[in-house]
Amino acid sequence: MKEKAKGEKQYLFDKPRNVNRLLGCFFSSLVILLGIEFFVHKHPHFPWEEWPEFYALYGFVACVVLVLAAKYILRPLVKRREDYYD
Amino acid sequence: MINTVPPAAIFIIGALLVPLIKGKWKSAFLLLIPVIGFINLIHIPQGTHWVTHFLGYDLVFGKVDRLSLLFGYIFHLITFISLIYALHVKDDLQHVAGLIYAGSALGVVFAGELFSFFVFWEMLTVSSVLLIWGRRRRASLLAGYRYLLVHAAGGLCLLAGIVLHVNQTGSIEFGYIGLSGLGSYLIFFGFGLNCAWPLLHPWLTDAYPEATVTGVIFLSAFTTKTAVYALARAFPGTEALIWIGAIMTGFPIFFAVIENDLRRVLAYSLINQVGFMVCGIGIGTALAINGAIAHAFNDILFKALLFMSMGAIIYRTGKINGTALGGLYRTMPLTCIFCMVGAASISAFPLFSGFVSKSMVMDAAAQGHMRIIWFILLFASAGVFHHAGIKIPYFAFFSHDSGMRPKEAPFNMLLAMGITAFLCIFIGCYPRPLYSLLPYPVDYVPYTAPHVLGQTQLLFFSALAFSLLLLSGIYPGEQRCVNLDFDWIYRMGSRLFYYIMAKSLNGINALSEKIFVDGLAGYLGRISRDGPARVALLAMVPAWIIGGATGEKLAQKKATVRAVLQTGTSPVGISAALATIFLVVVFLLM
Repeated sequence: MKEKAKGEKQYLFDKPRNVNRLLGCFFSSLVILLGIEFFVHKHPHFPWEEWPEFYALYGFVACVVLVLAAKYILRPLVKRREDYYD
Repeated sequence: MINTVPPAAIFIIGALLVPLIKGKWKSAFLLLIPVIGFINLIHIPQGTHWVTHFLGYDLVFGKVDRLSLLFGYIFHLITFISLIYALHVKDDLQHVAGLIYAGSALGVVFAGELFSFFVFWEMLTVSSVLLIWGRRRRASLLAGYRYLLVHAAGGLCLLAGIVLHVNQTGSIEFGYIGLSGLGSYLIFFGFGLNCAWPLLHPWLTDAYPEATVTGVIFLSAFTTKTAVYALARAFPGTEALIWIGAIMTGFPIFFAVIENDLRRVLAYSLINQVGFMVCGIGIGTALAINGAIAHAFNDILFKALLFMSMGAIIYRTGKINGTALGGLYRTMPLTCIFCMVGAASISAFPLFSGFVSKSMVMDAAAQGHMRIIWFILLFASAGVFHHAGIKIPYFAFFSHDSGMRPKEAPFNMLLAMGITAFLCIFIGCYPRPLYSLLPYPVDYVPYTAPHVLGQTQLLFFSALAFSLLLLSGIYPGEQRCVNLDFDWIYRMGSRLFYYIMAKSLNGINALSEKIFVDGLAGYLGRISRDGPARVALLAMVPAWIIGGATGEKLAQKKATVRAVLQTGTSPVGISAALATIFLVVVFLLM
């Protein structure tokens, strides 16, 4: 953490407690979302939409794949120095 | 009954009057233009208006139906919002260019035939490039030139297509064209370039981030959306569009994840969102077209909102790279909240505008049993949340503390963002008014329990992936770099062309200089200088030698004759004798 100038205002997320609260809310809403699924009647277009937690799993896997592919495949291919075109 | 005029006319005439109005009235005048335009628009009945006879063809400046009207409404609305956002700008050029640009977009949307359509289409390019150059930086200047050249090429392609099409069908009417014959393919390609199709897209990600803070709001609204309109008008149900659209939704998100310039991230996500529209137009069912058009309407709003929030950051800090920003929520809380509303809308969170339109396209794909397309679109939905929904607000307003404590955005910017944020939430919560304006009757219910749950799960677990990757340090850190894209081909290609041309043409130049300037000219010069002396000496030396001149005396005589003839100072008698001999020779030869 950088040293704060004396008397500088404390902002919302400067307090670790608030950050932890936010994360707590986030993680509990994840659990709730997973739980609700079993009380919702589905009418799917595709069979896999009926699988339990399909959307949650797809969202998670898609983003992990996205980031790994972008970082380890795309970036080494396309990254150049900032003045490449100059 | 009000006498209505073509919507484009109000904007273009209004734009030309802007420089004449001075002082505080200018702001009022600027805002009055879209308001008057809107009042004019709602009084235009559906049908065909303003038909002018020109060179044996009927020009139609007002083909008004539900499709063109919806684009007309949103173009007026976004012009009004963009002008509020730009009220602090003192540069008339930007206001004039922005209004002519908006007017041209309206001209395209209401054009009933291909001639005026093409003229307005080209005006879009010419007026919009001024919004890029308006930033008056070297990078903007160069990006603007590239933008202009690419669009000029696309425009020529479109023109060639139109000429062939008109030749083939004998009609210049602009309606359904469909893919048949070379002309239609060229038109298709011309539309596609403005639509930023894959491989044709780099003009967008190259130029938009270099535009002015306020100009990019106009840019994000008009060029791609008029192209979407044109596709919806001329090529609905074209199967190729389904795949083109799906690829458009997919590939930009990879680039967006590793991009540092946050406005460039938004440019990539713009392509991603236009992909949903293109895909919907390709599917071509009533639901899909409705979804595509509704999504165009919503995208104009939430993309403008995101660009406005990033613009406010540039305006206050002068920086836009993720590496340089962070922690700005402390002193720009309202901008931060508006940005998050835009982010939630583009990510299609329930109760935000993207949710009620993007899902129409997804459902249309599902109803058509297009499994792969559906999977790509779902992937893109998760991905867009990842880069536009989380990355943009997180790196700008949270993340590490950059130490900057800029002031909150100016009031006019906050007002523009506030109006747009309100509309995003309003449409998300209450989509009926938007649905009632769509081209086909809508019987679609976005808020069903499984749909809301599925989408929320998708987004929350994308967010979980982001959080875990970030906490574990795997998430690719922002880096100061350029990422190559397909513009490499013409940026480096043009250099290669320049190199080859320089080498070959300059080579020819050098060779010519060597042969003609240094060689031949000098040779002729020497001949004409020394020639007479040599001829004279050739005749005289034997005579002198016979006369007994030798050694030094002979050399002296030679030098005298040479000097006299080279400088042209021979005695009058000799000149006269030579002239006479010359005349006699000429006379004998005749």
